[in-house]
Amino acid sequence: MSELATPSASASASAKIPRLERQAWERRTLTNRFLTLLTWLVAILGSVPLFSVIFMLVSEGGARLDWEAITALPPAGFDMGGGFGNAIIGTLVMVAIASLISVPLGILAAIYLAVLGPASKLASASRFVAKTLTGFPSILAGVFTYAILVVNFGYSALAGGVALSVLMLPTVILAAEEAMKQVPQKMVDAAYGMGCTPTQVIWKVVLPTGAPGILTGVMLAVAGAAGESAPLLFTALFSNYYLESLMEPTASLSILIYNFSAMPFDNQIQLAWAASLVLVLIVLVFNILARLVSRPKF
Amino acid sequence: MSANPFKDKASPHSASAPPSAADYWADSLFRKLAMTCAGLIIALLAYILLEIGSQAMPAISEYGIGFVGGTTWDGSRDEFGVLPEIWGTLYSSILALIIGGIMGVTIAIFLTQEFLSQKVATVFRLIVELLAAIPSVVYGLWGIYVLIPMLRPVAGWLHTHFDFIPLFSTDLSGPGLAPAALVLAIMILPTVAAISVDALKRIPYKVKEAAYGMGTTRWEAILKVMLPTASSGILAALVLGFGRALGETMALAMLIGNSNQINLSLFAPANTLASLLASSFPEAGDLEIRALMYAAIVLLLLTFVVNVMGLAIQQYTMRKFEGKK
Repeated sequence: MSELATPSASASASAKIPRLERQAWERRTLTNRFLTLLTWLVAILGSVPLFSVIFMLVSEGGARLDWEAITALPPAGFDMGGGFGNAIIGTLVMVAIASLISVPLGILAAIYLAVLGPASKLASASRFVAKTLTGFPSILAGVFTYAILVVNFGYSALAGGVALSVLMLPTVILAAEEAMKQVPQKMVDAAYGMGCTPTQVIWKVVLPTGAPGILTGVMLAVAGAAGESAPLLFTALFSNYYLESLMEPTASLSILIYNFSAMPFDNQIQLAWAASLVLVLIVLVFNILARLVSRPKF
Repeated sequence: MSANPFKDKASPHSASAPPSAADYWADSLFRKLAMTCAGLIIALLAYILLEIGSQAMPAISEYGIGFVGGTTWDGSRDEFGVLPEIWGTLYSSILALIIGGIMGVTIAIFLTQEFLSQKVATVFRLIVELLAAIPSVVYGLWGIYVLIPMLRPVAGWLHTHFDFIPLFSTDLSGPGLAPAALVLAIMILPTVAAISVDALKRIPYKVKEAAYGMGTTRWEAILKVMLPTASSGILAALVLGFGRALGETMALAMLIGNSNQINLSLFAPANTLASLLASSFPEAGDLEIRALMYAAIVLLLLTFVVNVMGLAIQQYTMRKFEGKK
C-alpha cells in the first residue's frame, strides 16, 4: 500500500500492469462473441418447430376447414368430404366430465394444503404425491381407468372423462394451492380477528381473493386435458357417430387425428390437419383465457 | 356444540353475532371434507398402483423377472418380453434429453441473462410456452408429414457415407428413432427451459455483479458463476425433463415405427413402453392385457424413480437458496 503512494513506485509499476481494457480480438472476447452467437442460433432453432407447426396447421388445416368439416361425421375409406363434428363434441364433453370431477376435489384438497394444514404431514405427503403425479405418463391414466371402469362397463365417454380427470387433478391442486398462498396473510388474520370460523375465512376471503389464480390453474389444466390423447385411446375408444349416451364409445379430436394420420387417403390426412387446427385453437382459447383472468406475475 | 362460550357475552343490539351451532357444525364438516380430499390424492396413487398391480399379477407370476429381459412380444404365442421397449424408451429419451436439454438450458440462459430487452424476452417466453401447449398428436402428425420427409435425405446421405458407424447403420425408411427423438426433444424443451429459468432467477443479483466486478466477460460469468450456482436446479430440470420423455406416448407411437428390436442405429424403427401400450392395448387378448399391465408397471416404476429423483433435487435447491423449508 505504502509503495503505491510514492509516485516513483507507481510509475515503475505501471510499466508492468497489463492492459486491462478488453481487446476486440482477445481470445476471451472471441469466445464470448462466439457463445452469444451460438445462443442466438439455438434460440432461433428452438422456435423453428413452432413456426413450422403453425404454418402447416394454417396452410394444410386452414385449407380444409369449413362448415362441413366441423359438423359432418368422419368419412369412411375412399369417401370424399366428411368432417369431425362428433369428435369436437366428444372432446368437449369428456373435458367437461373431467373438470366436474377434478375441479371441486382439487380445490378442496388445495384448501387443506394452503389454509387448513399447510405444515401438516398429510399436506406435505399429498403435495409430494401431486407433484409426482404431474410427471405421471398420461397413458397410465388410461391403463388405470381401463382396469377400474372399462373392464366392467365397456368403453365410454364417462371412462374417458375419468381418465382425463386423473391427469387434471394434480395440476388443479398445485395451481389452486399456489393461488391461495398468494392471498395476503393480513387479510386472513383480519377475518379471523373478526371472529370468522376457518370455513367462513375460506369462503369469504381466501376463495374470492384467490379466484383469478385458481381459475388460471383450472383453465391450464383444461387446456392440457383437451389436448390429451393417450388416456382416451382405450377408455373412450372412437366412434363414427354423434354422442348419444355417456356410456358408449366416444370420438375425440386427438384420437381422430391419430387414426387418420396413419391412413393412406389424402382426404383423411387433410381432415387430420383440419382437426389439429381446431384442437390447437381449443387449447389456445383456454390458454388465453387463463392469461386473461390473471395478469402474469412474472 | 351446545356449549357456545360466547353466547351470553353477545350484546342484544349488536349487528355481529357469535358463530351459531350451525356455523360450528358446517365448519368442522367442511374442514373434514377438505382434509379427506387432500388425502384422496394419496389414496388415488395407491389405488392406481394396487389396481394395475393386481391386474398384472397373473402375468407377473407367469413371466416373473424374465419379462424384463425377454425380447419377443407375440400375442399369438403368448410370449411377452419388454427388453426392446425398455431399450427404445431409454435410448429415445436419452437422445431427446441431450438435444432438448442443451437447447432448453441455452434458452433459459438466453431468457435470464439480459440478452434480450424485456419486451422481446416476453415474446420469446410466450413462444416457449406455446411449444408446450401444442398437443402431442399434433407433433406426431407434424413429424410424419414434415420432419420425416425432411430427415430422409440427411439420413440417406449419412447412411451411404458413414454406414461403418453403428449409429448410421440403417436407412430411414419411414418412422424411426431419429424423428421420434427429435420430436421428443422439442416436447421436453419447454419443461427443461421453465425449470432452469426458475433456478437461474433464484440466484441473487449481487452474485453476478460480483463476477462482473472481477472483470469477467458475460460468458465467463455465465459459465463459471451462474451455471455452477444454478447447477442443482438445472439438474432437477434435466431429470424432470427426462421423466417427461420416458412417459410420452402419442407422438412416439406415431413416429417410432413400433418395431420390437434392439438396434443402435438412429434410423431404425424401435418401440417404447408407452407406445407399446398405446398400439397393442386396443386389440389385445386376455393374457396380453395382463402382460401389458405388467409393462405399465415397469413404465410406472421407471418414471416414478426418475420423477422422485428430480423432485428431491429441486427441493434441495430451493432449500439451499431460501435457507428454509
